[in-house]
Amino acid sequence: MSKIKCQCGHENPYGTELCEKCGRPLSEKAKKSDIVDMRYEGSSRRSQTYKSSIIDKIWNFFSSVKIGVSIIAAVLITSAIGTIFPQKFYVPATTPEGYLEYYERLYGTVGKLYYQLGFYDMYNSWWFKVLVGMLATSIIIASIDRVVPLYKSLKKQRTRRHPSFMKRQRIFGEGDVQNTEESLAKAEEKLKAMRYNVKIENGAILAEKYRFSRWGPYVNHVGLIIFISGVLLRGIPGFYVDEAMWLREGETRNIVGAPGYVLENKKFTLENYSKEEAEKVFGEALEKNGAIVKSYTTDVTLYKQNEGALPGSESLEKVEDYAINVNKPLKFDGYNVFQMDYKLDELKNMTFHLVNKSSEESLGEFTVDLSDPEKEYDLGNGSTVNMLGFYPDYDGIKDGEPYSKSPVPNNPAFIFQMNTPDKPEGEKSFVAIRQTLEVEENDYAIKFAAAETRNISGLTIRKDKTLYILLFGGLVFMIGVIQGMYWQHRRVWIQEDTKGHLLIAAHTNKNWFSLRKELDTLRETVDLPAYIDRQDPELDKPEQEGDEEIWT
Amino acid sequence: MAKKKNKKTIRLISRTALLLILAAIMIYAITSKDKVKVLAEGDTAPDFELVDLEGNKHRLSDYKGQGVFLNFWGTWCPPCKKEMPHMEDLYKDFEAKGVHILTVNVGEPKVKIELFRDDMNLSFPMLWDKNKTVMDLYNIKPLPTTFLINSEGKITKVIKQGMTEQQIYQYLESIQPK
Repeated sequence: MSKIKCQCGHENPYGTELCEKCGRPLSEKAKKSDIVDMRYEGSSRRSQTYKSSIIDKIWNFFSSVKIGVSIIAAVLITSAIGTIFPQKFYVPATTPEGYLEYYERLYGTVGKLYYQLGFYDMYNSWWFKVLVGMLATSIIIASIDRVVPLYKSLKKQRTRRHPSFMKRQRIFGEGDVQNTEESLAKAEEKLKAMRYNVKIENGAILAEKYRFSRWGPYVNHVGLIIFISGVLLRGIPGFYVDEAMWLREGETRNIVGAPGYVLENKKFTLENYSKEEAEKVFGEALEKNGAIVKSYTTDVTLYKQNEGALPGSESLEKVEDYAINVNKPLKFDGYNVFQMDYKLDELKNMTFHLVNKSSEESLGEFTVDLSDPEKEYDLGNGSTVNMLGFYPDYDGIKDGEPYSKSPVPNNPAFIFQMNTPDKPEGEKSFVAIRQTLEVEENDYAIKFAAAETRNISGLTIRKDKTLYILLFGGLVFMIGVIQGMYWQHRRVWIQEDTKGHLLIAAHTNKNWFSLRKELDTLRETVDLPAYIDRQDPELDKPEQEGDEEIWT
Repeated sequence: MAKKKNKKTIRLISRTALLLILAAIMIYAITSKDKVKVLAEGDTAPDFELVDLEGNKHRLSDYKGQGVFLNFWGTWCPPCKKEMPHMEDLYKDFEAKGVHILTVNVGEPKVKIELFRDDMNLSFPMLWDKNKTVMDLYNIKPLPTTFLINSEGKITKVIKQGMTEQQIYQYLESIQPK
């Protein structure tokens, strides 16, 4: 790993292609080549040279563009495969067995494999995360490995280069002019006018512009890394919330995903277009569909847990009343609560009569609030009804007892005790929808009279602290793209060699046509030797010959 | 030569550091499954304040220095119902030994809970989580879920299924303050 000593006396790191100082070709490859490879200024890219420890080997692996492109291809291909069958999110299953069964039933062995390899939940599969992580690693390491030597060599570059460097540039010209000094002075002036940064060093000019465009790709990569970091932050609790909850009218509930906040649903309204309105706006569509919804609105009250109060305590403070509408979410503390779904007409109240079976005379009525029933209903006139059992989602008798399969009042059933002046010791009755059971023959019965319903609002709770990070990452990415795309790093070297000839060479990282045009403009006013584009000589000849005639 | 060696060491250290950081981030991304903080064994049990059916306030922190057997339940859930009598049988004995049984009903109507309690002759405190705040705080998914909290306020075990009397006995014993 010894240093390479150039003829000019400068010591270059091992692996250098072109001397950092004078630009003489150092490697055999560079010496043999006609046009020198100017990528990274011929500097020694560290990863290409040191291959001692395991760390260096890993570093070299990620530094390779080939590996980088392969990782990108792998991400693309796996992402594409992930779209063939539906993702987990769209599958009506909850257990691993359920998912396996679903994919196998619908897609056979391929579906089974799809599930087993984790494609069914791709973004959460370990291998997809590893691929994205490797992509990020590759971006970071490949950038560091290139930007550092490039920056150093551009900073170090000298004005006077060795003729062998000049001769190996793609654009090169050599010749005698009438007055070398005058030509150099004029060229300096003209290049400055063309917005070049001009450096002079006894008979040599280095004119350079738009060097910053060389940093474009790296700025772009920084943007990508910021973006990936933002996505990564979503996995950390507190940065990203995407939850859903059902909230019944009249219900007050802790907001899922937003600790310390409680939401009350006062009313859910579904409004259809009136006939006249709809006729105007929708016309035919109305005839097809019958009704068209105008708005979904949930009127809510937001409460916040008081400072210092413990979760669950009643110490709540009202924040605001708000009408949540589609696309008009309730906003607080970085959260957005969106109107997302609804269910209409769940049972809310049931009204019953207490009737004398023989006379069919009513002793009065009472209403059971299904979300907050009472233990005793006093009907006045000395009659009361006691609630002995309440089964909101009655599903038959299990182990000798009525059984409710959920807390939702889908099919309410009750055991009532009817206390009347006639029967002060009370009579028991089991009452369900369209069903009454009695242990013994009763004199009195409970008859269903009426029911009221309520609506349920489906709300989504979202919070995304990473959004601005993602936006910033995207912005940096775009700045990098623009920086690298719309400007080109151009350099022009003009110098007098030891024999008194004038040498001219130029380099750009892209858009050689414009560089040539600038050189042609330069040669219109300054007496400089003709040049050739050695990669594309045909293109230049007519113009150049014409120029020769004018200027010589 | 010393300078060169020094440079080499710096390079090795910085490369190793960067690769380790990237590897750590990747491992974190792969292992973290939950977008919200889910309580696990070893975590401090978050404090809360709920009222029981009589209107008495209970704070978890009231029981500091003692064991708490925190059981989340609903009247419609058969395994919840099944384990309640066992808890009742052991409640008094362990109360004397410094282990408290607290049950939290997840937002059912109060009368429904009272009927259930009277029906089953239960005497331990039945806290009423009307707004489901504590249920969300403890990320309760299946019912019953039981948290064993030791005298230091740390969760020693999370049980996401019904328990036999023998299991309940062992669990209660495990959080008995020494």
